[in-house]
Amino acid sequence: MPEHIKHTILKTENLTIGYTSKKEDTIVASNITIALKKGELVGLVGGNGIGKSTLLKTLTKVQSPINGAVFINEKQLKTFSNLELAKTLSLVLTEPIAAKNLTVFELVALGRQPYTNWVGNLSDKDLEIINKAIDQTTIADLKHKKCFELSDGQLQKVMIARALAQDTDLIILDEPTSHLDMYHKAYILKLLQKLAKDTGKTILFSSHEIDLAIQLCDSMIVMSEQGIVSDTPCNLIEKGAFSKLFPEDMIVFDEKTGSFRVKK
Amino acid sequence: MKTNYTIPFIVLTVILLVLFCVNISLGSISISFKTIVSSFFTDTELLSSKEYIIQNYRLPKAITAILVGSGLGISGLLMQTLFRNPLAGPFVLGITSGASLGVALVILGSSIFGGFLATFLLTKWSLVIAASLGSFLVLLLVLIVSSKVRDTMAILIIGLMFGSITAAIVSVLSYFSSAEQLQQYIFWGFGSLGDLDWSEVQVFTVIYTIGIIFSVLSIKGLNTLLLGENYAKSLGLNIKQSRLLIIIATSLLAGTITAFAGPIAFIGLAIPHVTRQVFNTSNHKTLLPAVFLFGAIIMLICDSIAQLPNTDYLLPINAITSLIGAPVVVWLLVRQRKMVF
Repeated sequence: MPEHIKHTILKTENLTIGYTSKKEDTIVASNITIALKKGELVGLVGGNGIGKSTLLKTLTKVQSPINGAVFINEKQLKTFSNLELAKTLSLVLTEPIAAKNLTVFELVALGRQPYTNWVGNLSDKDLEIINKAIDQTTIADLKHKKCFELSDGQLQKVMIARALAQDTDLIILDEPTSHLDMYHKAYILKLLQKLAKDTGKTILFSSHEIDLAIQLCDSMIVMSEQGIVSDTPCNLIEKGAFSKLFPEDMIVFDEKTGSFRVKK
Repeated sequence: MKTNYTIPFIVLTVILLVLFCVNISLGSISISFKTIVSSFFTDTELLSSKEYIIQNYRLPKAITAILVGSGLGISGLLMQTLFRNPLAGPFVLGITSGASLGVALVILGSSIFGGFLATFLLTKWSLVIAASLGSFLVLLLVLIVSSKVRDTMAILIIGLMFGSITAAIVSVLSYFSSAEQLQQYIFWGFGSLGDLDWSEVQVFTVIYTIGIIFSVLSIKGLNTLLLGENYAKSLGLNIKQSRLLIIIATSLLAGTITAFAGPIAFIGLAIPHVTRQVFNTSNHKTLLPAVFLFGAIIMLICDSIAQLPNTDYLLPINAITSLIGAPVVVWLLVRQRKMVF
């Protein structure tokens, strides 16, 4: 797709995120202005407790922003109905699925729920999309396995296939690489990169694999005490965004290799 | 691509029909198959005594058995998916206790109200209403608590606690009530499939059918809930509405069953698990009719055993279901080490 018609799928305007309680508002981060373009793989990185989850929850309408607004396809997030949002945005969460007795096919097929009739019958078009999602994530050989028989890496691919079957412009993944070994971390992120490129979907994920994200993402959102910056990985390295991520007395960011080193 | 369950469905339907006939032919006096068939086609006024037994006693009892078994099985299935807990069921969650409390208040409390009100309160219909209200209230309570505590084990414990509260209230009430009332309540607690006349079976069937319609309407929501509530919400499911639909279905089914047939233990918990042994799927579109068949079949078997063929004894149905249900649950746990659902 030519560069000039890449349009913005998700953007935020002066977004302030945090928790509201009866007594007071706890602000986690403010002045967030980000824009995710079509077909981009975007990594969200930051230390523990910096507010990555809060940001993702706000972007997915699980909680409402304290100030500012989120727009998906030029439409304000809070005006989306549940069903409308389900056709625009799909999720891969960290929580385990409740029923491990589902087969892989059944699980992926559940991604079609927003489109099916009142008993959830699958049409030919639904089956086509499900099988495509299964092929794109290379899980065809697992199709009839039960979810409790899968390894963590396999299960993550199945969950990504389910999100693909939901056929949305935007897929948001919350730490898709936790619990995985080094090979599978790279494998999953590489798969996401390929999917963003092949399907034109915008994929946003949060992760602690900063060095992998630098190598694979089209753009990155870096959350630190100093604020939130969003740019291409190269520009972010130039700006020194990563070196502010953690206290510098312990680990330092090596700009040449794009990775972190423990101070001896 | 998808496993085809046509054959098990046909086999189970045939078994159900056969058991239905067997169940009708068994009883304190033996009745030939010919009489059974002829009783279906004889005019009510021209019935012989054997035909009368069939038409007005054994037939409603067999139909009640089918409604009770299938209804409890389905409400167990609904609860297990809603709470995403293989141990859930109308009995464990205290829904049955709620119904018992309603009935206890009516039977044992009727002396407190006294007079005209007491005669009204002791009709079967008031028992039905009290039991349904009781089960609905408990389920609502469990649901309110479950929205506050996210731990499902806590919800089960709350269900059990409600069971003990019920038992306590019942013992307080029984302290103040007459021996007759106490006996009536205890007999109700044994469970019985045979006490219903045709007009009661009709009302039972109507409420049961409404419950089943609500269950069928929740099939899609139930399937989505298999992923957990956060995923279900991200798939555009209206969680509150689906929850309410499932709760209404369960309380209608479990409530009326408990009202008409007494608290029947273990069927609601065990049937869904037995069904999953044959129908290895989580899709409620398959599970719902399968649970219906299994529930009806097992209840007919239990009733036939309770009948003690060719004797005058009729064992309490509640004892039979527990004697069969409890070992089945133990056997399943030992076999699979863990319950998946």
